[in-house]
Amino acid sequence: MRYLYFPGCSLKGTGRAYEESLLAVFGALGVELQEIDDWNCCGATAYMSVDETKSYALAGRNLALAEREDLDVIAPCSACYLVLNKTQKGLAEHPELHRKVVKALKAGGLDYKGTVRVRHPLDVLVNDVGLDKIAALIKNPMKGHRFATYYGCQIVRPYATFDDQDDPMTMEKLLKAAGAECVSYPLKTRCCGGSLTGTLPEVGLRLAYILIKEAKKRGAEAIVTVCPLCQFNLDGTQGQIAKKYERVDLPIVYFTQILGLAMGISASELGLTRGIIPAQAVLAGR
Amino acid sequence: MEHPQEKNGRPRIGFYICHCGSNIASMIDVAEVQQYIAALPGVKVSRDYKYMCSDPGQEMIAQDIREHKLERLVVAACSPNLHEETFRKAAVKGGLNAFYFQMVNIREHAAWVHTDRRSATEKTKDLARAAVYRVHFHKALEKRQVPVSPEVLVVGGGIAGIHAALTLANAGKKVTLVEREATIGGHMAMFDKTFPTLDCAACILTPKMSAVKSHPNITLWTYSEVVQVEGYVGNYKVTVKRKPRYIKEDLCVGCMECIDACVFKEPKFSDKFNQGLGKRKPIYIDFPQATPKVVLIDPQTCIQFKTGKCKKTCVESCDREAIDFAQKEEMRELQVGAIVLATGFKTFDAKREPHYGYGRYPGVFTALEIERLVNASGPTAGEVVGRDGKHPRAVGIIHCVGSRDEKTNKWCSRVCCMYSLKLAHLIQEHSGAEVYNFYIDMRAPGKAYEEFYDKLLAEGVHFVRGRVAEVTDWAMTPEEEGRLVLRVEDTLAGFVRRIPVDMVVLSTGLEPQADAQAVRRCFNIGCGSEGFFQERHPKLAPVNTFTDGIFIAGACQAPKDIPDTVAQAGAAAAEALVLIDSGHVELEPNTSYVVEEECSGCKSCVPLCPYTAISFDGEKKKAMINEVLCKGCGVCVAACPSGSIRQNLFDDDEIFSEIEGVMAK
Repeated sequence: MRYLYFPGCSLKGTGRAYEESLLAVFGALGVELQEIDDWNCCGATAYMSVDETKSYALAGRNLALAEREDLDVIAPCSACYLVLNKTQKGLAEHPELHRKVVKALKAGGLDYKGTVRVRHPLDVLVNDVGLDKIAALIKNPMKGHRFATYYGCQIVRPYATFDDQDDPMTMEKLLKAAGAECVSYPLKTRCCGGSLTGTLPEVGLRLAYILIKEAKKRGAEAIVTVCPLCQFNLDGTQGQIAKKYERVDLPIVYFTQILGLAMGISASELGLTRGIIPAQAVLAGR
Repeated sequence: MEHPQEKNGRPRIGFYICHCGSNIASMIDVAEVQQYIAALPGVKVSRDYKYMCSDPGQEMIAQDIREHKLERLVVAACSPNLHEETFRKAAVKGGLNAFYFQMVNIREHAAWVHTDRRSATEKTKDLARAAVYRVHFHKALEKRQVPVSPEVLVVGGGIAGIHAALTLANAGKKVTLVEREATIGGHMAMFDKTFPTLDCAACILTPKMSAVKSHPNITLWTYSEVVQVEGYVGNYKVTVKRKPRYIKEDLCVGCMECIDACVFKEPKFSDKFNQGLGKRKPIYIDFPQATPKVVLIDPQTCIQFKTGKCKKTCVESCDREAIDFAQKEEMRELQVGAIVLATGFKTFDAKREPHYGYGRYPGVFTALEIERLVNASGPTAGEVVGRDGKHPRAVGIIHCVGSRDEKTNKWCSRVCCMYSLKLAHLIQEHSGAEVYNFYIDMRAPGKAYEEFYDKLLAEGVHFVRGRVAEVTDWAMTPEEEGRLVLRVEDTLAGFVRRIPVDMVVLSTGLEPQADAQAVRRCFNIGCGSEGFFQERHPKLAPVNTFTDGIFIAGACQAPKDIPDTVAQAGAAAAEALVLIDSGHVELEPNTSYVVEEECSGCKSCVPLCPYTAISFDGEKKKAMINEVLCKGCGVCVAACPSGSIRQNLFDDDEIFSEIEGVMAK
């Protein structure tokens, strides 16, 4: 099983723990990830609102690079996943835009026909690798650990390609396979504050606070997420939250870290020491 | 211009083009077409007129036929659906056979669908010329007269079916009412009160239900389903499956002693009639006024069916020996002249809007569940109480769940605003709770409906204009702790609100029945894109379908309230009466026929006929077509390898000359 891998900037920076744990888990499962050579920034959500055509060309370059191999692309970062999917769809639906983007790509010696599939690691793990195979590799089940699964807003909206838009369950299936419990968490696709944490902190902080205190109230020992920006916001703002609202102290981890732990991979290999809020509760008993 | 080979001489043709007021004339140069056709060979008269379908228009045609000795007639006007019959009559009045006539639809096919006058005019010339070419080859044909069976089948025993059946029966017609549930009454039997008068649903419905049961002209088959419909208008052969209820219906008097005697001392199984809020035993009756008042056994839960080792206390308790574990499904056949379909609706599955938490939060109910909760004969005897046994302090009613929504159903379900008001009133009356209505628009367009809304406003029910974003259980304040919170943009106040309640009511919309497509195919009628049965004309033939002799009434046609349903059911019954009382139907002569000397007897056509109109004559070794059964679909004509099956009005000469006419210029 082989996929192309589009890390995006987050997984090389603030979301390093995501990359470490993702590569460790996929390695253990025998799934080969081949990083796209010479990839560039996806443009994130911001650039789309600045110049749509250029942003399509920017993201399109990554698709063009990927199309040279006949493999699906895994994009673990929610923003990358959304932008690449949106670009793929936009180019397919608007021939004029496609023509313009291809013209730009040709200037750089590239072309894009439109055949690339952009996948989320959750989708690949559950639908390609399969829960049976994953369950077989669980050496150290997360018995007695309770988590709140948090998907954020981008991977199921606006395109719900592999899970329900309002109540996604893929992560629950994985964590259950890893022996963990999931609390009922109806806030699982609410906004984490996104970039508002930097630009309008009074709004952003409130959104992050609601997510964390509700997870805690429902008995979760950590929030498990799929998105580097969500992780960054929820983990990094707890100091300010303590000042403004109350002390919450809840670790924010990636689903790949929990899966890795259950597979017997060490905490340091999984980047579990990198969080601002220490992940002791998660590591208890191992 | 050369005219195709004429086989029957060169008949004298009259051509008439209609302005249709300005409908046609505004987009088509009618005079130009009239002059153009006048110059074609064989055309002796060519005229245009403002309203060809009017009396003077028809008279003009009839007079021309007589004066100019016309032998063929072409009228270019609206759709043949509307006025083909009108002009056939004009032909007959002038002394012509009705089928020496061809109609050209230049309104729907040209005037209404084009924006360029020049091209529309040219297209009209092409279409009219094709008809002139074709009409040469028309033959004199006669309509077939077939007697009509005087009995009627009504399918569905809700208020629509009940009303239609009673109307027909009161007019002296024999009616069979088929209902798939164990009792008639439909959704209306589940309601406590009806808007806007708040009269008790049972009080007005149950007398009609018992009238059905006791009417000498009505045969009532509940727990039965139509499985096959054959034949044609006036002569339908219907097969009905009578499902076993394991009770001899003619012996059971509904004393219900068997229910008391059942080995299950307490009701244990989810009760469908009470929307799962109550429990029943394996032997049960839906509600005390069920009609027929006959119990039934559910083999899925009955111990005798599951193990064969029950003490059968029910059998012991029944003096009349009505219980019959060996009862089998039965197939019955009916001959009817007309069919009224009143198969009703289903409510939207609230789980399809997961952000409202139905099935996740016990405090969230559908409106139909609340109908049962507030019902005096419901599972709580009318007490408004949550699944947790607590009385709600505040209740939120969310309108338009599964209606007026791009993601689910686009249509307005028409009844939800009004039933939400009714439920708000009843909940407040029964529980004293604060009641909030969350609405997009209040739609109260019926007699005394707006006044009912005013009454609710005066009663202190809260109205918040806004579509609720979500129902959730996360609290921001101590007041919200442990309750359900509705997050909503109050579009009148202009801000986002969080309103804590203890019970949420989802006003689910109305949808076509889950098996509406199968039913539609069984009865060979049409559906709109949303799945409701298609009426023949939305304004002028609202209870007719495109299949003659099959009529529709009630919510199977579109969401509607009880007054409209009853009105439509009456109309459907009246239309059925018109058909039956005429005594016979006329069938179009566009049937297929076999040219025997050319038929090789290959039998290719026999299995293809959708109406089983073709049989094989073993002696002659030729295919035979039953003219009465043939619907003129043309499948056999196209399939016949030797070309020996022909079709009236669609003979090769007619079709080829028409094609030639379109192409000629």
